[in-house]
Amino acid sequence: MTYLIKKIATLIMTLFLVSVAAFLAFQIIPGDVVTSILGTEATPEREEQLRRELGLNDPPVVRYVRWAGSVLRGDLGSSYRYSKNMNEMMPVEELIGDKLPVTLWLAAVTLVMIIAVSIPLGVFWARSANHKAGALHRFLDGALGVTTQTTMAVPSFFLGILVTYLFGIVLKLFAPGGYVSYEKDFWGFLGYLVFPAFSVALPKIAMTARFLRNSMLMELQSDYVRTAYSKGCTGRRVLYGHVLRNAMMPVVTFLGMIIAEIVAGSIVIEQVFGLPGIGRLLISSINTRDFPVVEILILYITFVVIFVYFLVDILYRVIDPRISEK
Amino acid sequence: MKKSFFRKRKLSGLLLTALLTMAVLSGCGSDGTGESSEDNSSKEPVYGGSVVVGIQQDIDSLDPHKATAAGTREILFNIFEGLVKPDKNGDLMKAIASDYTVSEDGLIYTFTLREGVKFHNGNTVTAEDVKYSLERASGLLDGTPLISSLSVLTGVEIIDEKTVQVTVGSANTELIYSFVAAIIPAGSGEEESGTPIGTGPFSFVSYTPQVGIVVKKNADYWQEGLPYLDEVNFKIVNSPDTALLELQGGTIDIYPYLTDSQAGELKDSFQILSAPSVNVQALFLNNADPVLSDVRIRQAICYALDKDLVNQFLAGGNATLISSAMLPTLQTYYVDLNETYGSGANVEKAKELMAAAGCPDGFDLEITVPSNYEYHMQTAEVVVEQLKEAGINAVINPVDWNTWLQDCYTDRKYQSTICAITSDMTPGYLMNRFQTESKKNFINFASAAYDETYQKAAAAMDPEEKAGYYKQLQQILNDEAGSAFIQVPPITIAVNPKLAGYVFYPVYVQDMSTVYFIE
Repeated sequence: MTYLIKKIATLIMTLFLVSVAAFLAFQIIPGDVVTSILGTEATPEREEQLRRELGLNDPPVVRYVRWAGSVLRGDLGSSYRYSKNMNEMMPVEELIGDKLPVTLWLAAVTLVMIIAVSIPLGVFWARSANHKAGALHRFLDGALGVTTQTTMAVPSFFLGILVTYLFGIVLKLFAPGGYVSYEKDFWGFLGYLVFPAFSVALPKIAMTARFLRNSMLMELQSDYVRTAYSKGCTGRRVLYGHVLRNAMMPVVTFLGMIIAEIVAGSIVIEQVFGLPGIGRLLISSINTRDFPVVEILILYITFVVIFVYFLVDILYRVIDPRISEK
Repeated sequence: MKKSFFRKRKLSGLLLTALLTMAVLSGCGSDGTGESSEDNSSKEPVYGGSVVVGIQQDIDSLDPHKATAAGTREILFNIFEGLVKPDKNGDLMKAIASDYTVSEDGLIYTFTLREGVKFHNGNTVTAEDVKYSLERASGLLDGTPLISSLSVLTGVEIIDEKTVQVTVGSANTELIYSFVAAIIPAGSGEEESGTPIGTGPFSFVSYTPQVGIVVKKNADYWQEGLPYLDEVNFKIVNSPDTALLELQGGTIDIYPYLTDSQAGELKDSFQILSAPSVNVQALFLNNADPVLSDVRIRQAICYALDKDLVNQFLAGGNATLISSAMLPTLQTYYVDLNETYGSGANVEKAKELMAAAGCPDGFDLEITVPSNYEYHMQTAEVVVEQLKEAGINAVINPVDWNTWLQDCYTDRKYQSTICAITSDMTPGYLMNRFQTESKKNFINFASAAYDETYQKAAAAMDPEEKAGYYKQLQQILNDEAGSAFIQVPPITIAVNPKLAGYVFYPVYVQDMSTVYFIE
């Protein structure tokens, strides 16, 4: 119980500090939101009017307190940049609410791919590497090493373009940029996500598999493995029953990091595939100095990271009961 | 950190130069932006169908009076119309007004409304709507002018059901071009729903931030036979690389912002059309900078530039070289001054002038470039090499767009910058910004002769006299080397081979009403 309270206190404290930091950053970076919105042709009267509407004439402290106050009351404010129609600005809630499912579904599909491929692959690889004898195993170990290393080295935007080119233009498996809204056609939407998800997942699969392999090989050197063998366990049982479970510990942390990363928005991949998700919104909002949107997105990302780490913490306790006893 | 960034830029610049040289040498650079391979315009138009147009930026406002970004206005052109509207020759055609007269002193404009023009909501356009729209845009309604050029309006009177009279404070024959301002239903700016309603060939369907805007055919459109298409989807494409993939994948039918090399890649599968843009690209020089305040230094920079080479590298030779701020397409007002500094580099002359100005060994020059504009970045990379020849040690300072707006445009805290100024249909728009006291004079150009001549140009009622003054203005700007003007880059567009009827305008406009399928 105290554990939970401590965690929640940390969460609130972090969110507060992050929001202040983001606010301060916006005070420091050059670029005026009014010029950004109105361009270079606006009349001074119009600039003044907008400045008043957005409350930009008040001192920074007043603006921050007002902003934080309304967020605490559940009002996330309105975007400076996006309009809902001719005379209303888009509420941040609505703007993000529209984009969040895209990012979350992308994250979900990616995660399924990562787990479904990397764990069997890692185990298989560890087994190959563990068989010191046998040319085939040595070859497999080497080949997987080279492949994963290459995959990890390719920058994600380039991978995204390669995937689009290969599957979209050469093989014509999907239409590049043919994103359909989840509200219009959910299965079509999910189908389109497969390739962006693949682009995000590929390097992560390589990393996770490599991580699992090394972790398993290390565990295989442990004393308990010899004990297990000597008490008569089969190789298979040693591998899945003992080694894998222990080897999963660092992998879970690693997966946690990955989840936090993709749930927070795969910024680059969203750009390449034209997915209207959180990452793309963040980039364009920073570029247009759309403070209310950026602030909420940063808070969201902070929250996701802390929350996932909290889940990882709990998972540890499930996998290794010794931790909660400490 | 910073240093390695610059080194990287330099390297990529070199790489780029090498690639471009290869492209030019092998000749594919030059046929990239040629005429379309086959002419579709002779084929029979078919009604119906929908197209996807790729756009680069998100919409900044759905309110036609508040929208300022060129990328927004070129789309809203399809939804909204003014009393008059631009045609493809850069002249005005009558739109919601079927006729207008201007009093001899230029202070009273009388518009007669066209019969039976309907808004997208089915209502007929009335004199009240026109009065409301003009008062709203000019600030007569609430004291806040939304369209700055209309702020000279002093009154809008309804004479009768079909006639509206506008009075202005000071005469300027170029004001008529400002009446392209959208006419919207009376009171619609204040309405709760605020759906964009205009009289244009297409009506608004939906807008999704970051995805795009969809419009559908206005069946009641007053121009007989237009538009052809049932639906147009303006889709936001984030990067030029993505755009190329989406064009090749068939997701986009029309994309208006191709680079020269992209045009080369697409020329087998798309119609590639090219025309001069409405941008004046220059190495803008801050005349208030301690080094650049010396006119000889500014002239030296003009001499040091090899504009021909910039044109070859960036536009495959399809750009129009310029030496002052006027667009050559505004033929009445334009005067060709390319002789002054030449189109190639004249390093001797540049060095001579620098020596006379007291820096024979060259000087340092920082070029601030908005890095979101790849075209300007690439130009800067070429320009830096050229300036080096004359002993000018130039470095590029890449900044994001809003930083540029703040530092260069608003605060004018920069030495030089490569960017472009865009134009509307009036010569005044390009030239008024160089008056000493102008808010838009971000190069701090200061010439009493210029200010005086501009006042005369604005007041002149006789077209020929007016043109004469504008030519003088260009001459002054050129003599004083207010900035090193480079070129009017071409605009290159890819169009699905099944489509025809795409029309270029000498203003920022994507007119979809004339586009049709051929089978």
